[in-house]
Amino acid sequence: MASVAQAIRMALHYGETNMGVKDIFGQDVGAPLGGVFTATQGLKTAWNSPLDERGIISMAMGIAMGGDRCVAEIQFADYIFNTIDLLKIAGNTLWCTNGQIQLPMVVMTPVGAGIFGSVYHSHSFDAWASRLPGWKIVMPSNPLDAYGLMLAAIQDPNPVLYLKSKALMRHKGDELIPGEPADEKELKAMIDKPVQNSEGWKPRWPGLEEYIVPIGKGKITRSGEHITVVTYSRMVHLCDEVADKLAQEGISVEVIDLRSIYPYDWQMIKSSIEKTGRVLFVNEDTEVTNFGEHLAYRATQELFYQLMARPRVLAGKNLPGIGLHPNLEKNSVPQVHDIELAIREVVAEVP
Amino acid sequence: MSKKTTVKAGSKPAAKKAAKPTAKTAVKTSKKTARKDNFGGLSEDILLRMHDLMVKSRVLEERLIKIYKAGEAYFWIGGPGEEAFGVPLGMLARKGQGPEYDWFHLHYRCTPTLLALGMNMIDSIRLIMNRSTDPSTGGRNFANHYCFPQWNVAPVTSPIEVQYPIACGTAHVQKRAGKKALSIVTGGDAGTAEGDFASALILASRKGQELPVLITVQNNKFGISTPFEGQHGETNIADRAKAFNIRSRVINGNDPVETYLAIQEEMEYIRKTGKPSFIEAHVSRLYGHSSADGANKKAHLVDPVVVFENRLLDAGILTEKAIKKIWEIYEAEGIAAQEQARQEPVPTGESVWDHVFVGNENADWRKF
Repeated sequence: MASVAQAIRMALHYGETNMGVKDIFGQDVGAPLGGVFTATQGLKTAWNSPLDERGIISMAMGIAMGGDRCVAEIQFADYIFNTIDLLKIAGNTLWCTNGQIQLPMVVMTPVGAGIFGSVYHSHSFDAWASRLPGWKIVMPSNPLDAYGLMLAAIQDPNPVLYLKSKALMRHKGDELIPGEPADEKELKAMIDKPVQNSEGWKPRWPGLEEYIVPIGKGKITRSGEHITVVTYSRMVHLCDEVADKLAQEGISVEVIDLRSIYPYDWQMIKSSIEKTGRVLFVNEDTEVTNFGEHLAYRATQELFYQLMARPRVLAGKNLPGIGLHPNLEKNSVPQVHDIELAIREVVAEVP
Repeated sequence: MSKKTTVKAGSKPAAKKAAKPTAKTAVKTSKKTARKDNFGGLSEDILLRMHDLMVKSRVLEERLIKIYKAGEAYFWIGGPGEEAFGVPLGMLARKGQGPEYDWFHLHYRCTPTLLALGMNMIDSIRLIMNRSTDPSTGGRNFANHYCFPQWNVAPVTSPIEVQYPIACGTAHVQKRAGKKALSIVTGGDAGTAEGDFASALILASRKGQELPVLITVQNNKFGISTPFEGQHGETNIADRAKAFNIRSRVINGNDPVETYLAIQEEMEYIRKTGKPSFIEAHVSRLYGHSSADGANKKAHLVDPVVVFENRLLDAGILTEKAIKKIWEIYEAEGIAAQEQARQEPVPTGESVWDHVFVGNENADWRKF
């Protein structure tokens, strides 16, 4: 099975071969490195930009304005903050021009904790991103979605932020990408640059096929009756793990992988809450003004009389940063036991 | 431009008259003086078109100020004083849509360039009066925040200087298209303090990957109220381009002839080499920064329209009568445009959700 990094690489290859992507660029995105997580290794249109986040976003805007498709990368979301007014402009350009100027561009960037990356390699960006009207925002949790959401992002005529979890880059899923060889060693031999003697290396791409995960559509990863857990990206796996554990005790947890932050799959959330009467929103961004708070607010407004317990948000602590030592990181962003505890509390609550 | 307001209709006959000056046409100087000023070899037609557009631009900007002061607009910001730079820029560019034509990444002092490209006065007035008929923003944005995709005019942004590296993006596309088109970017001197300016210099000049960008700075010596000396250590802003091996020059942007020739030369260089070029133009800021500082005329500054007009008079190319007529035609056009715009519809409240996403795709979370 492909890793998330390999899935992104294959999606970008499909994009540049079949969907008109002409530039994949950012710091260290081109040869020789092919991205710090190898997600752009071996791509024919990948090139290295100057170390300039604002320049990267501006170039992407200009390329999109000029009529070409591009995928730009900010090496770590932790460094995207100095581009926030450019992201704002990119998001408002269509609106400000009364529908005249489209910016079909993709910006991808690794987000979140889980790699012990300390203060400046652990930032989340989902809540910030959700405040950028005009953008669509996706956050895949597995390789197949990583592939399908990238193709959807490339295809979309609007700017799309593709937030990829740093901790999931080496994660392997349990579903094959259409066209991917079943043997992961075979895939590795085809598309991974050799660590040594890589001079003149070129990838041999498998016969990939189009596979689109529609932006705005979530996925139920665990069906359940007692509580709905709404999450995305890395936290999906933690929530699934807890759901599996609690299932053995007879606590039935429904886990929704939202996959898209904006637009988001409210109908899926709504029908699940109507079924379970209880909901927990889980993500690792900071808890104050968290995207989960918006969903909890909406759940309260629209489903108040169907709720059996108070909606709850479990998120990262509202701290200036995430400390390097594992004791600090693990006490800053939700862990398996935090999720388990929160689920138990919500399930135990009686109106 | 309507036939009524073209130079051909208004000033060509005047030029003919100027060949035989009479007391009635009040040509001030002799033919001898006229022969001395050869206007860099520019044709009479170009000179007259430049003058006509400069006047048109000035009249329009002053009309916009009047509209603001009459309470019919919320804000004014513009570029009276930059006519001698902006008009030649618009005249010289390769106008059209797509990568084979030049791209414009302009700041909000660009009315002269837009008029030279063919914008009607009323479209600027619709913009400042926030009518839904405003072709640039549909009544959504400030004065002079133009956008004309049919001429590759990128939307003017309120944050300054962001247009510089964006111009590198369109230049990248143009270079790939291989049609010798270029991206033009304009901005002010104070904004060069922003990091985006440095981003553009870097992106445009990487060795072997140079981009066809005409980088320009209109130096009016002020950043709102802060004088040039208060925020610059460099002698010329253009000197910064040299550090990136970008060809650069400083020009008198109040002289349309010098400007025309300089832009023409730099555009030819860019089209020939595919490399960037930099022009710093010294200009006047005749009405201050914006309505925020009063928008009153600064009489002590060089007025490029008046200076050029006097040169044309001295050379016998224009007459006072013809000049008067040009100003009157545009004054009348401006007033009529304002009256028309007043009658036109404004955006509806329901339209706030339009164009958040392409195709008016649902953007309202309440409806997901």
